[in-house]
Amino acid sequence: MSLSTSPLAEDILFHIGPIPISQPVVTTWGIMAALSFICWLGFRRPRVEAGTLQTVLEIIVEALEKQVKDIVRRDPWPFVPLLATLFIFLAVANLSAIVPGLKPPTGHIETPAALAALVFLSVHYFGIRTKGFAGYVRHYVKPSPLLLPLNILSEFTRVFSLMIRLFGNMMSHEFVIAIVVFLAGLFMPIPFMLLGVLIGIVQAYIFTVLAAVFIGAAIGSVEAG
Amino acid sequence: MTIQMISILGAAIAVSFGAIGPALGEGRAVASAMDAIARQPEAAGTISRTLFVGLAMIETMAIYCLVIALLLLYANPFVS
Repeated sequence: MSLSTSPLAEDILFHIGPIPISQPVVTTWGIMAALSFICWLGFRRPRVEAGTLQTVLEIIVEALEKQVKDIVRRDPWPFVPLLATLFIFLAVANLSAIVPGLKPPTGHIETPAALAALVFLSVHYFGIRTKGFAGYVRHYVKPSPLLLPLNILSEFTRVFSLMIRLFGNMMSHEFVIAIVVFLAGLFMPIPFMLLGVLIGIVQAYIFTVLAAVFIGAAIGSVEAG
Repeated sequence: MTIQMISILGAAIAVSFGAIGPALGEGRAVASAMDAIARQPEAAGTISRTLFVGLAMIETMAIYCLVIALLLLYANPFVS
């Protein structure tokens, strides 16, 4: 990323018909293909006496399942597919900055916006499915009907801050590296890039935990965050 | 002073002053969490997960300031 281009501007690579395809979209497709290929390779012939790759994938899924279970405090399996996919995709996408020539798709506003919209919709979906429509809508007038506007407002602001947090962290990290390269030269940014690995994983974790907390609040097993 | 210069100053002031409050808040939060883990090491998992969620909430304030600074620098509505 150069310092003079706007981080909000999109970076169009080519067009399919009238649809412009930007660079983050292509990176996302690459990550999707890589993750699907690894899963296909691991579970092509699942066995009880698992091989190395199958064991690694099972450990990852079970660790994520345990984390989700600790947060929602009930049967986690309705939520694990969404939340675990979010975490794995975000971790890989944030860490793709390490590969030379790749830019993390989460450093552009479109990817976090799409993921936050996904979280926003799935919170209501799980809430209505668990408590029924009337039961779910009733939690907006608790503890008092006076708080109805604030409750509705907080639905939007918390998803907005979810989006801006991921985007701001990843984008500002790219900026910091660009500035350090500009000021100090070739090898100075390496410690900052190591810090970037930590930031990327922590941000993926925070996004997933917050999505789990929102879903937990909607199904009524966690206090609203 | 042109509107560009004022915008750059505004962006710098937004980030610098906007970082003070969240920095103090995050420092207090981490200090309390360390204290709690030292008292009850067996609750470290729950404490650090809650800490991360809380830090994310506090950090949101600083990120809003960053967004204002970016808008001023790259999407300024007053510079055509």
